[in-house]
Amino acid sequence: MIVGFLEAVGRVILRFLEQLGRFFSMLGRILVWAPRPPYDVHEWFRQMVRVGVDSIPLVFLTTLFTGMVLALQTYTGFARFNAQSLVGAVVALSLTRELAPVLSALMVSGRVGSAMAAEIGSMRVTEQIDALEALATEPVQYLVVPRVIASILMLPLLVVMGDVVGMYGGYFVAVQLLGANPVTYYDSSFEYLDMEDFTVGLVKAAVFGLILSVVACARGYHTEGGAEGVGRATTQAVVVGSLAILLADFFLTRLLF
Amino acid sequence: MTAASRPGASTESAKLRARNLRKSFGSHVVLDGVDLSIATGESLVIVGPSGTGKSVLLKHLIALLRPDSGEVFVDGQNFWELDGVERNELRKKFGMAFQEGALFDSMNVYDNIAFPLRRTGRHTAADVRARVEQCLELVQLPDIAAKRPAELSGGMRRRVGFARAIAHQPEILLFDEPNTGLDPIMTDIIADVILGIRRQMEPTIVTITHHIPSARKIGDRLALLFGGRILFDAPPEEFMSSNDPAVRQFVEGRAEGPLTVESERARRTTISEAR
Repeated sequence: MIVGFLEAVGRVILRFLEQLGRFFSMLGRILVWAPRPPYDVHEWFRQMVRVGVDSIPLVFLTTLFTGMVLALQTYTGFARFNAQSLVGAVVALSLTRELAPVLSALMVSGRVGSAMAAEIGSMRVTEQIDALEALATEPVQYLVVPRVIASILMLPLLVVMGDVVGMYGGYFVAVQLLGANPVTYYDSSFEYLDMEDFTVGLVKAAVFGLILSVVACARGYHTEGGAEGVGRATTQAVVVGSLAILLADFFLTRLLF
Repeated sequence: MTAASRPGASTESAKLRARNLRKSFGSHVVLDGVDLSIATGESLVIVGPSGTGKSVLLKHLIALLRPDSGEVFVDGQNFWELDGVERNELRKKFGMAFQEGALFDSMNVYDNIAFPLRRTGRHTAADVRARVEQCLELVQLPDIAAKRPAELSGGMRRRVGFARAIAHQPEILLFDEPNTGLDPIMTDIIADVILGIRRQMEPTIVTITHHIPSARKIGDRLALLFGGRILFDAPPEEFMSSNDPAVRQFVEGRAEGPLTVESERARRTTISEAR
């Protein structure tokens, strides 16, 4: 009984360490291969479209409703002690520093991370990755580097849009639905907002982009066991990626403020 | 049973040489000290029952897998003494055709074959086009350049895989089970295609198969891999007429014999180890 429990705990720890090891070994290979020619600029742009442009509707809706619900919740709460004038500030700060980067990253991890793991995973089980190597093409350079670069660049841009959309959503709910004073709301939104709040959110977004793409690519790269293995890799890429984003969020916030 | 080593390739002049390769996956020993030497322009066929690690051996020859111990030399250069970039460079001497073709399914046939040429960045678009057409001609598949891999039959996929493997004019060609799972006619066509490639490009060839008639057709030497070792290695005639019990069993395709006894014993050991 106790032995069985310890074995289970041991297995979980081993799996965690394995994932961690794969993450850092993949990161190392990316650093080695990213600066080397040939630069497949065409592929970089293709991935940027897939990670960035194609995620616009998703991030738009996510941040819009987050901003709206945030305004709704804080307005009714703050009304209890007559602090409605601060709603704009709360919405702006929460969105830029925390919610827009984290929620966008989680959504993109589900949308793009899963696709990366599935794509690279099925290439692995059909020997296409071996074929790349046999054709003297480093798979990390050809497959992983463009995806990671695209994610690091595009997530902050998505978050810029998310910040604006979310704040507008908050404004709309507070002013149009709850009858807040538009000028007070607008002023309070920007009075407490520093440039730093904004940039910190973007730094976070870039780091999340790195994490979600490296986790997904590493998981896909080490896929084994046919179609079932690809399914497992896809699920794990999203689960591990999302958890890693939340974990990193805490430590980054601690570090950056 | 002893491994008969052939003078077909003396160690010094070997294009491709494996020395004492060992590889295990977990407790399962796949390669248990494989020695091979292939001379420039020679065609070696490795035969053996399914699941004896033929593909694993082939992947070691091009350094897609790293041996637990032992070395692989290409033109005297040791694959695993090189760093990742140099290893990649050395792989340019190789062309490898995979079991199911392993075509990139995000690209059409043309882009698949053009892939190794474009990666070098040294060819003009016209060069690439000419070479792709030439390669498709050589594998007897003209007019399919625009098709997607998913639209091709098994035999066609493999031949496109051949075309991709030869596009950059490699010096060494590796064929992984080129005719497994194909109908008898296609099996023979594949053997002919390999012979055609050989005539035109004169590469060094290593093929893996368990189809004896094709092996005789395309091989200068046949090597029987079993139990992680090369059990027998000889020119086709000598191989076919050998009295070695393992070779006889494989050639005649009998269920009983040393190969079966051996694999049964291996299976039992694995099971008892697992317990």
